[in-house]
Amino acid sequence: MSAFDATAVYDPDRRGRDRRYMPEHAADELLSKRIIVGYGFWIFLLSDIIMFSAFFATYAVLVGATAGGPSGRELFNLPNVAVETACLLLSSFTCGLASIGARMRRGSWFYGAMMATGLLGAAFLGIEVHEFQGMVAQGAGPTRSAFLSAFFTLVGCHGLHVTAGLLWLLTMVAQVFAKGYRADILRRILCFSLFWHTLDIIWVALFTVVYLMGAAR
Amino acid sequence: MFGKLTWEAVPLDQPIPLIAAALIGVVIVGVLAWVTFKGWLPYLWREWITSVDHKRIGIMYTLLAMVMLLRGFADAIMMRSQQALAFQSGGYLPPEHYDQIFSAHGTLMIFFVAMPFVIGLMNFVMPLQLGIRDVAFPTLNSVSLWLTATGALLVNISLVVGEFARTGWLPYPPLSEMTYSPGVGVDYYLWSIQISGVGTLLTGVNFVTTVLKMHAPGMTYMRMPMFCWTTLATSLLIVAAFPILTATLAMLQLDRYLGFHFFSNEAGGNMMMFMNLIWAWGHPEVYILILPAFGIFSEVISTFSGKPLFGYRSMVMATMAICLLSFTVWLHHFFTMGAGADVNAIFGIASMIIAVPTGVKIFNWLFTMYGGRVVYSTPMLWSLGFMVTFAIGGMTGVLLAAPPVDFVLHNSLFLVAHFHNVIIGGLLFGAFAGYSYWFPKAFGFRLHEGLGKAAFWCWIVGFYVAFMPLYVLGLMGMTRRMQHYDIAAWRPWLLIAAAGAAIIAAGIILQIAQLAVSIRRREALRDETGDPWDGRSLEWATSSPPPAFNFAVPPRVEGEDAYWTMKQRARRQAKVSEEPSYTDIEIPKNSPTGFICAFFATFMGFALIWHIWWLVLLAALGAYATFVVFAWRDHGEYTIAAEEVARIDRANRSARGKALVQMQAAQ
Repeated sequence: MSAFDATAVYDPDRRGRDRRYMPEHAADELLSKRIIVGYGFWIFLLSDIIMFSAFFATYAVLVGATAGGPSGRELFNLPNVAVETACLLLSSFTCGLASIGARMRRGSWFYGAMMATGLLGAAFLGIEVHEFQGMVAQGAGPTRSAFLSAFFTLVGCHGLHVTAGLLWLLTMVAQVFAKGYRADILRRILCFSLFWHTLDIIWVALFTVVYLMGAAR
Repeated sequence: MFGKLTWEAVPLDQPIPLIAAALIGVVIVGVLAWVTFKGWLPYLWREWITSVDHKRIGIMYTLLAMVMLLRGFADAIMMRSQQALAFQSGGYLPPEHYDQIFSAHGTLMIFFVAMPFVIGLMNFVMPLQLGIRDVAFPTLNSVSLWLTATGALLVNISLVVGEFARTGWLPYPPLSEMTYSPGVGVDYYLWSIQISGVGTLLTGVNFVTTVLKMHAPGMTYMRMPMFCWTTLATSLLIVAAFPILTATLAMLQLDRYLGFHFFSNEAGGNMMMFMNLIWAWGHPEVYILILPAFGIFSEVISTFSGKPLFGYRSMVMATMAICLLSFTVWLHHFFTMGAGADVNAIFGIASMIIAVPTGVKIFNWLFTMYGGRVVYSTPMLWSLGFMVTFAIGGMTGVLLAAPPVDFVLHNSLFLVAHFHNVIIGGLLFGAFAGYSYWFPKAFGFRLHEGLGKAAFWCWIVGFYVAFMPLYVLGLMGMTRRMQHYDIAAWRPWLLIAAAGAAIIAAGIILQIAQLAVSIRRREALRDETGDPWDGRSLEWATSSPPPAFNFAVPPRVEGEDAYWTMKQRARRQAKVSEEPSYTDIEIPKNSPTGFICAFFATFMGFALIWHIWWLVLLAALGAYATFVVFAWRDHGEYTIAAEEVARIDRANRSARGKALVQMQAAQ
């Protein structure tokens, strides 16, 4: 702080444009920090989406490069994928319930909804792993062709994100259990739910571009 | 047990890397012994290694960059001397070693000199200029720093354990695939870049959030200093471009480790996709590096001309325009791929368009100086050297942007001369300008001016002597990365270039001397008030070095050049302002999370390179546990009492009061 400054009068006319203060100056410090953390995490998620876009672009380039091996049309089992999608979309709903439960500090809601989210996520993963195993078993593993390399990487990267999400979910549950609904823990729950919903958004794109368009080719 | 790692990995038969490594080892052990002997280890741990203060992290980033600059420059000297000697002979570096040297030189200079230098300066300066206490996520900032250091460490480990990549600073497949590069060199490259890339990405996220969401009262976007704008632009580019690098290198890793076929020559792989992907990151990366330098020049030129920056709004527009356009030109890095005349023409024109906002900037700087009282200090000399040198580099860039010209000059030394012209003349001169400009703010004393100016002249003369011959050689048809050659006409130019490298070496020695002399004479060079250059932005409104909390009370901003306005009022009224009412300040607590996390990341990277799978698992668990421990802590902040804040601030106020009285008396 400059020693030269004290007579500075805050100009109320500019208030509309001057809303972005440091957190400790906002009326509600907690809210303000929440906004900063949520905002920062969104920026991170955008970068994650860009990473996926690189894998999507690669998939689009290599989708025809089957090198004499099977194509998506021969490999994809749409009813299976429909169940998978249902699991993940439902888990997003239960994740939303868990956020509400945490905000209301209702243990039964929070734990119940988090468990449901975790189970649905695990079911999704289980189906995905089963699909991968089946493909590898019929000689359509990632080393078979460039198309399959791109497929396994794109879908597997999403699967890895879900796995990391499950680990995070368990950590958050343990944290709430041990520490209660502290402000910083509530902020982490906010970030977790943003993460989980983003995985849903990516899955919708993935479901469309890989499975629906793949089966239609 | 130890995967691919055996004693044969240590190159006992090669004297050069062994001697170099022994030298580095002696220096490291010597420094460690000295620090331990002096009893400074606890201080270092408490105040620096575990620090989450943006100023300390910024200083450590800059220090890392400078140390790595020495290492990268040693590579440069070896290349220049090899090419000076290797006329119709093998020179003194065998091809497999020479290839590692040019790969390591590029990798180090871009990822571990240029990046940490600009990130260090942004870290130190940007929160001070915005008038805030720290970045949005201080502990994350520390994680970023130490992950970057991990990457640098892995590159240097490759000197003695195994080998480094021989594939250039960007590992083009299929050469970088397992078939053609079966050693661990490419893996060293891949994992060190992946790990430090995570650090860089987190920095980008951190800075975007900070610049967009945290401001002193009254600091609107259009009042932010230019350097904050360029920090924002650079951070946006990091967030948008680095994930592409991560994805691309991950694909190459899958090819190498698990036999996937992204870029391979069989089973439908497409190696040109690697060029597209890597340059979709690589071209924005160029602007990630240069934009902060543009910000530094804006601050320096405005301060030392005693005038507000000319055309501030057009400068903001130009910065953001460059930010966008940088994503539209990547294909000019491989016009020769054969995309066809139409595609090449589009990308050629897009590349030339970028010269327009850059030209706007150059003219704005010139007009800032016009009519000002220009003080030719060291930072200003770097800025002037930049304007001349960068204009030349920009013009040769526009030449290369014309596809027919590029077909002739592609992969030649003309290209090498061009990108060194913009990177040294732009980014490095900017980093040195920022270093000498903000050094007093960071440490409380100025750098020795005479030695600084001498270093500048060695650098700029050395630069022209070293790189102008490369333009000529490129036009004569010499391609880049040649270990030996048989054409007599090239030789004189290569000898001149080697002499240039020696002049630059003198510049570096002078810079080291400058630092040593300045530390010895720090009392004479002391900056008492915190405003040694008659500065204009808020970093000069606090003491040098700034207290942990930066500002005792948040400054109120009333216009562009926030501090200048305050200072003018104080000068008119001939007194410093009334004392504010001090309150307790909460500061984020130090945390070893970043350091411990990087410790595990180092082992994980090393284990992945050498296929030591149990260690990979163990290190991953360790990193996860570190985060859980961090998440479990109960107190993230500590309080500095109002009396302590008042004591610190009053000392600075009285120094400024005295300076003001002296100034009035002088008038």
